[in-house]
Amino acid sequence: MVGIYSPSLSSEWLVPGRNLFLTIHVLGIACFAYIVAKRLVPLVRAESDPRFDRPLTRLGKVFKFWLGQWKHPRYRFAGALHILIFTGFLLLATRAFSVLIVGVSSGFVMPGLSGESGRVYDLITDYAATIVFLCMVVAAFRRLVFKPARYAVPAKYGKSRTGDAVFLLGLIAVLMVADSLFAASSAAGHARQDQPVEALAILSLPWMLKIAIGSMPLATLWVLNITAYLVHEVTFYFLLCYRPFGIQFHVETSLFSIYFSKLERGTLKPVRWDVPDEHLDQVKSFGVKTFEDFTWKHILDFYSCADCGRCADNCPANAVGRPLAPRFLTIKARDYGFHHYPVLGKANNGKPLIGGIYSEDEIWSCTTCGACEEECPLLVEYIDKIVDLRRGMIDDGNVPQSLQKPLKALENRGNPYGKMEKKKADWAKAEEFRQTSKVKTLDGNNSAGTLYFVDSITSYDDRMQSIGRSTSRILGHLGEDFGILGAAEKDSGHEVRRFGEEMLFMALRDHNTNAIKASGVKRIVTSDPHAYNALKHDYKDVPPVEHISQVIARKVRAGSIQFSRVENEDKVYAYHDPCYLGRHNQIYDEPRAVLDAIPGLKRVEMKRSRDRSFCCGGGGLMLFYEPKEEQRMGVLRVRMAAEAGANVIVTACPFCMVNIEDAIKVAGLEGKMSAIDLTELVDQHLIREVCTEKTDELETATCGG
Amino acid sequence: MARIFSYIVHRGGTVDDSAAELTAVARKIDPTVPPTAIVTGWGAGLDAVCSSLLSSYGEVWKVANEALSYPNAELVRQALVSILPANSILLVPHDHFGIDLSPGLSIKVNSAFVPDVLGIDGIEGDSLRLVRQEFGGQVSAHVRCDISSGAVINVRPGAFKPEQVTPISSVVFDKSSAVGTLTARRRYLETIVAEAGDVDITKHSVLVSIGRGMQEKDNVGLAEELAEALGAAVSCSRPVVDAKWMEKSRQVGSSGKTVKPKVYLACGISGAFQHLAGIKGSPFIIAINKNSKAPIFQVADVGIVDDVLEFLPELTNKVREMRGVAAK
Amino acid sequence: MEILVCVRRVPDTSENEIEVNAAGNDIERNELVYSVNEADNYAVEEALQIRDRVGGNVTVVTVGGEDDEEVLRRELAMGANQAVLVSDEDFNGSDGRGIATILKDFVKKGRYDLILTGVQADDGAAQVGGMLAAMLDYPFASLVNSITVDGGKLKVGREIEGGNREINEIDLPCVLSIQTGINEPRYVGMRGIRQVASVPIPTLGVSNLGVEKDSVGEAAAKVRRVDYFVPALSKGADMLHGSREENAHTVFELVAARGGLK
Repeated sequence: MVGIYSPSLSSEWLVPGRNLFLTIHVLGIACFAYIVAKRLVPLVRAESDPRFDRPLTRLGKVFKFWLGQWKHPRYRFAGALHILIFTGFLLLATRAFSVLIVGVSSGFVMPGLSGESGRVYDLITDYAATIVFLCMVVAAFRRLVFKPARYAVPAKYGKSRTGDAVFLLGLIAVLMVADSLFAASSAAGHARQDQPVEALAILSLPWMLKIAIGSMPLATLWVLNITAYLVHEVTFYFLLCYRPFGIQFHVETSLFSIYFSKLERGTLKPVRWDVPDEHLDQVKSFGVKTFEDFTWKHILDFYSCADCGRCADNCPANAVGRPLAPRFLTIKARDYGFHHYPVLGKANNGKPLIGGIYSEDEIWSCTTCGACEEECPLLVEYIDKIVDLRRGMIDDGNVPQSLQKPLKALENRGNPYGKMEKKKADWAKAEEFRQTSKVKTLDGNNSAGTLYFVDSITSYDDRMQSIGRSTSRILGHLGEDFGILGAAEKDSGHEVRRFGEEMLFMALRDHNTNAIKASGVKRIVTSDPHAYNALKHDYKDVPPVEHISQVIARKVRAGSIQFSRVENEDKVYAYHDPCYLGRHNQIYDEPRAVLDAIPGLKRVEMKRSRDRSFCCGGGGLMLFYEPKEEQRMGVLRVRMAAEAGANVIVTACPFCMVNIEDAIKVAGLEGKMSAIDLTELVDQHLIREVCTEKTDELETATCGG
Repeated sequence: MARIFSYIVHRGGTVDDSAAELTAVARKIDPTVPPTAIVTGWGAGLDAVCSSLLSSYGEVWKVANEALSYPNAELVRQALVSILPANSILLVPHDHFGIDLSPGLSIKVNSAFVPDVLGIDGIEGDSLRLVRQEFGGQVSAHVRCDISSGAVINVRPGAFKPEQVTPISSVVFDKSSAVGTLTARRRYLETIVAEAGDVDITKHSVLVSIGRGMQEKDNVGLAEELAEALGAAVSCSRPVVDAKWMEKSRQVGSSGKTVKPKVYLACGISGAFQHLAGIKGSPFIIAINKNSKAPIFQVADVGIVDDVLEFLPELTNKVREMRGVAAK
Repeated sequence: MEILVCVRRVPDTSENEIEVNAAGNDIERNELVYSVNEADNYAVEEALQIRDRVGGNVTVVTVGGEDDEEVLRRELAMGANQAVLVSDEDFNGSDGRGIATILKDFVKKGRYDLILTGVQADDGAAQVGGMLAAMLDYPFASLVNSITVDGGKLKVGREIEGGNREINEIDLPCVLSIQTGINEPRYVGMRGIRQVASVPIPTLGVSNLGVEKDSVGEAAAKVRRVDYFVPALSKGADMLHGSREENAHTVFELVAARGGLK
């Protein structure tokens, strides 16, 4: 038979066309199913992870991040490309199935797509295939010629993956061409045979191919037709079965990695989801030591990584040359999983991860800033994994000496400096401060509605005590009835937990929770974003907590606070978003509103701000760790401020203050750049009308706003 | 009153400073009887060492034995057990050798032992009252030692100023034959000399020395800049080496190098005695420390209470400025 | 190798909180925190590393009372195989020699190839190890900062002046006192201690060890501390009170005057 007819009727093969294509279907699907089943093996062996709650919220995330490609535009060009490709894939899915089924069932038409709707669909998908094809060409060109830095693979992490990437881009391009050629040759053939001709979208790839081949003899058209068909089917199934071996697996897993992604920010997973706190003593081993200690969702994350490098591109540890890049954390684990749970061959339990694919410094280097998680379009989680790996190292006693001292001090004295408990409130007894402000200690003799949770660094560090005093003065000025816990307050334990010392954290948390409850306060305010995050997310059953910037911002909104004018006209201020106030808790606007309420204050935004803010270097125990790095995060940040035209950096976190002030010296910018805390700045500009006369007793200035 | 002996530490033919310090200690215990020096060793230089002690010690006992050519505490102990009269008081410097020798020796001669003594109050009947420190030097303690069966007393190096002793005529006694064959189940093999490092701090007459007060490794550069401006070298205390901010070759102290500069700037150094033990020759010491109660201010000539991280750059600028002016 | 490590519970002195009490007979202990003596901890870590290299058993022992059990438990959590508390009223008030006597009687009840102590504890005496060795007639080395096992002998490095290291060969059984910095001790956290919370720690007294009562305790002590005091400060340095710039100028002049400019 000469002419164009359904591939299922072709007889050019050794076996009837229908049988051939059916066989390919069966083999392809069976192969894929087998591969996926093998890929699921480590998930089955992994730790449990309850991700099946709140289905509506999860579906919402799928809409926003999967369907809506919400994170992609953060890198504009690549994002645009991907949105086009993704949309194209979605649109083409039905068409692809139709094409495949036509090979076994001639005349098959997808239900709902007969008639007019079918023709419209075909026109749309003609363009979709064209756009996808063009995107493949652009993407390949970009990879090969422009070589964006974030795709580079440093030698220690392995070989460049550009070849594989281009290979896959090529295959998809082939798929588009095969599909288009099939459509073009069908249309051209039907035209020849005076049969109804499928309309092809003008200027689409099938349309152009049809013009190119339109004048060929019918026999040639037929050969092109069934060849294109075979190529399409084989390529389709090859891609299907090849994807689970690399980063393209994200095509299948992304829906799940996003559906099952973490719903709460700033929280940490418990040591074991299926073991309550009281039973933790019975757990033999804490943390992640081997691959199977990860939860199934974490392993799914390893599969879902698209190797796009956006995480590492934003990781401050990576930027300063620490041995950590989130991207490779994931890829190395994925490769480990592929190697030890192969598709062909037996699964085997391999070496411990630390000392194997990961080095200790790699895992200690993370400041938990969250930039990686903020950036990842697949919502891969990192902080929980790092904390779990740290838990494992702590469990094995494998802790750098520099961290052992502050951990021991935290255990003995409740603060990393080893200072005595009775000196915790000494900051409030500074001579000048005492004259005008009295800070209550909520110890049974005193009570108040609000607790000012000061935390360790603000209490004990000579420089940071000024933040405590400024905050107290502000609270007093705002008429808040507040007090502090004094010696009864231990470190919030925020970094203790994030460095993997879960038991010590729980001891600190329980102690503080009891002290807070005993004080009877209804509300907590803090000037320390790490304490804020701990009280908000790590602690249970404590009163609601606010950061001081929120308290001030509320007064600003209500118009019930006035600030004096900025005196020095030369000062240009840049606000640095602390990771645990900004990114993790999304408090970006309140501190800015406070600054903008100061008359005459000139403020600029750094290039990296809000959820792209660049970590200062980390807080808590991170200040004691001695990382291997080429330079400091703080120095990079200070240079960003200078680039933005600022000469004052405003921080809202005592740890940011330590790192920034230090960095100003190291960068040699003393005299050209200074740093000030938000509370100190506000304190300087409060308009106080001191209407109480100073008597022999200390009194708080209560009026003036 | 029992006889008082001093164990003499000597290296390469030179007598250690502790020998002179021990005579001062002996005088404080009993000013009436000049102490006896005990010198062990082997070889040509031994006689010279003994002779040099004649002016400060009443007697010098020489023990020459080939096994003692290197001061192995186990062997020296055997020698001392052979020659020390019962119930003697033996003074030993509390250094790496004294720590090794004295506790075991006190058991073998069945005497009391008091380590790291830095003050002698005097004899009260059967007891000797002395002063020690505890808790890393944070508190001092008076200690009473029963000397009825003698005592081995380790003396903190540098704690006692050598006194000007009136010349005494004395004699060297050769006690070598009283010591039998010496065998020990601990044998000296070799000494591994600390890596020379790029800078030999013992050769510099001005040292900018840093301690924990520098806060972190990156600040070491501030000291290096000052040293460069002065033409000096940077040295440090032990915690700086432990924290890996500087190489061991830069450490001044009892477990580091001994230096004899003209000027010593102690920057952010608290003044622990182990560090001070490495400073000899009474240099002019200028101390900068944030803590007005730091022990360094007790031994320094000039002190400044200031943040060393702020003061050093100021000083460096001043030095550059003043030297620049002079150069014009 | 059977290894015994002698440990001691001491106050934490890192934050300079030690003060003499009102009576002058002790330090103010009310708000002190205690932990295992730092050098002893290095000794335990070294023992564990030797055991893991050549096989054997690590025992930790302390002479004290109930309060001292906590450091034994901590070292068990670190990896020691067993712990023993040596405690008896008659031991109270012992001086260093008394403690060494008690330990000697304990050692004689067992068979240990290697006995380790930390080089010194909070009283800075650095004596128990050397005394114990002499009582047992074992060879001794102090200030040890490296250990290599070589059949029935050890090669040990001692810290000596100038930052140099003295290498010795020493026969087993022997006693070594360990200097800080010899290794990097592993971390022990609250969880580790809880996991050994129910491991029994036997207590041995005078009769168990066959100690001669008149060789230990307060009466037998030849060296006794009379009091604690803080010495009156001598005049000390001439303090400069100018501005930072003025002080810098003064320092420059002083250095220059003494030939300090090269």
